[in-house]
Amino acid sequence: MSNYIKLIVLGLVALFAMMAINFARDTAYLVHAIIVTGVSMGLFIRTLRRMDTPIAAGSVENEYFDSVVRAGVIATSFWGVIGFLVGVVIAFQLAFPYLNFEFLQGYGNFGRLRPLHTSAVIFAFGGNALIATSFYVVQRTCAARLWGGNLAWFVFWGYQLFIVLAATGYVLGATQSKEYAEPEWHVDLWLTIVWLAYLAVFLGTLIKRKEPHIYVANWFYLSFIVTVAMLHVFNNLSIPVSIWGSKSVQVFSGVQDAMVQWWYGHNAVGFFLTAGFLGMMYYFIPKQAERPVFSYKLSIIHFWALIFLYIWAGPHHLHYTALPDWATTLGMVFSIVLWMPSWGGMINGLMTLSGAWDKLRTDPVIRMMVISVGFYGMSTFEGPMMSIRAVNSLSHYTDWTIGHVHSGALGWNGMITFGALYYLVPVLWKRERLYSLSLVSWHFWLATIGIVLYASSMWVTGIMEGLMWREVDANGFLVNSFADTVAAKYPMYVVRGLGGLMFLSGGIIMCYNLWMTVRRAPAKEASLTVAVPAE
Amino acid sequence: MEEYTFLRQLADSWMLVALFAFFVGIIFWVFRPGSTKQYLDTANIPFRHDDKPATSKEAGQ
Repeated sequence: MSNYIKLIVLGLVALFAMMAINFARDTAYLVHAIIVTGVSMGLFIRTLRRMDTPIAAGSVENEYFDSVVRAGVIATSFWGVIGFLVGVVIAFQLAFPYLNFEFLQGYGNFGRLRPLHTSAVIFAFGGNALIATSFYVVQRTCAARLWGGNLAWFVFWGYQLFIVLAATGYVLGATQSKEYAEPEWHVDLWLTIVWLAYLAVFLGTLIKRKEPHIYVANWFYLSFIVTVAMLHVFNNLSIPVSIWGSKSVQVFSGVQDAMVQWWYGHNAVGFFLTAGFLGMMYYFIPKQAERPVFSYKLSIIHFWALIFLYIWAGPHHLHYTALPDWATTLGMVFSIVLWMPSWGGMINGLMTLSGAWDKLRTDPVIRMMVISVGFYGMSTFEGPMMSIRAVNSLSHYTDWTIGHVHSGALGWNGMITFGALYYLVPVLWKRERLYSLSLVSWHFWLATIGIVLYASSMWVTGIMEGLMWREVDANGFLVNSFADTVAAKYPMYVVRGLGGLMFLSGGIIMCYNLWMTVRRAPAKEASLTVAVPAE
Repeated sequence: MEEYTFLRQLADSWMLVALFAFFVGIIFWVFRPGSTKQYLDTANIPFRHDDKPATSKEAGQ
């Protein structure tokens, strides 16, 4: 029966998408319509061919649903390398402008590639890491299989489709020009559907859990899923000009729109890149260190303090704008109060290793996790400082902001994800160990030195740029033109590009190592008992 | 009273008090007597059920 409903829905979607190909008003929408037609027709044929296949007998309730997590691990590694690569390309485009090739104008120039980079690393790499690890963690800590059967596969593939639609849209110029929320209305609608399915799978698993208590990592994951759903819907309230075109008009306008955008934008940092990844920290660090979290009480206070405070911090992005002073002051004060839970969480993560510090010497994976928590502490110190109005008057619109974002994203999000991937691959593919620990060390040092090069060059160029912009001579005239600052930044831009290149090479080494772990590392004993070849 | 003024006043008074009380309440809840023992068990959740979901028999314990 459900197959018939599937066929009807897929057929209708394919029909609508084909009409959209016919009526499409712009290239991005046309390409999206072609992609959707292809996907829905492919799925239609697949469903049709499987109509007579009997549903496999026997319950799978006594097994974890790990195939979707394995797919998520592969997708995370793949999108990670793509996202880092685009980042390196645009870093060198800034240093050497002729890399904005004439034949790529309108498709591959900096302006088109930048949102591709930010979305690829945040939503494709980070998002896939969050979906995969949350599916893994929620099953283990609830002692229950994922709820909803193949709904988890819908979440995974639906999310990949969202990434492809968003990325092709950026390159072809479909953007609503909201930072970290660039996709146009039709892509937003699709993400909403996928996200609600994600919420259903996660909540369903929590509800049927066999453990009486909900482990703290799940609280963080759940707050991330719920809040991102709310943020996404409110920030993307827009009215399409036509259902056959990608252009839409925002419902909010002016300063209200700016406020909603940065309420969204900062909570994308707070809930997507912080709360979700803290969920990872609270599971994978105890697992890798083989000891429970330092203080469970602190983790609960950490959770509530973090979500109560983060939601107010957005206005600090709008100092010295049309937004009323009281609102920016509110954002600034809450950002500074955020020091407390951020550092509480950092201490909780680091102190989990107390009594096991020797592992830092022998286990490069735990080293990766520890440095990620270190970077979390550093960037959550830097962020509140930059939100102070006086500091912001210097730092805003300069490269300091970019440096801050990257010490958080590469250091905290990147490193904790790498740690989780190194933990997950041997477990998911039932291997005894990783293929090579020395390659993990290479990855660790390349990534760490890359981040240090990146962050320090951006501090220098950011502060220099801010000082040059505000420098006035004795008569009150500005000393520097904008082009002067651009010329002065050149050496730091090259260093930044090199830092990015090192981080990218670390990522490629990781992919090789994970691939070889699956192909070559010895299988775990337990799985050998099934069929041991008689040699 | 217009909507904005009402919401603003609510946010500045009762809602502020309610959210603050909720937060303080959580801190007291976390440090309630007997919590240490229970959290010791909760903190060890990641070290159980690594390979297979719990059977309903186990869950009944």
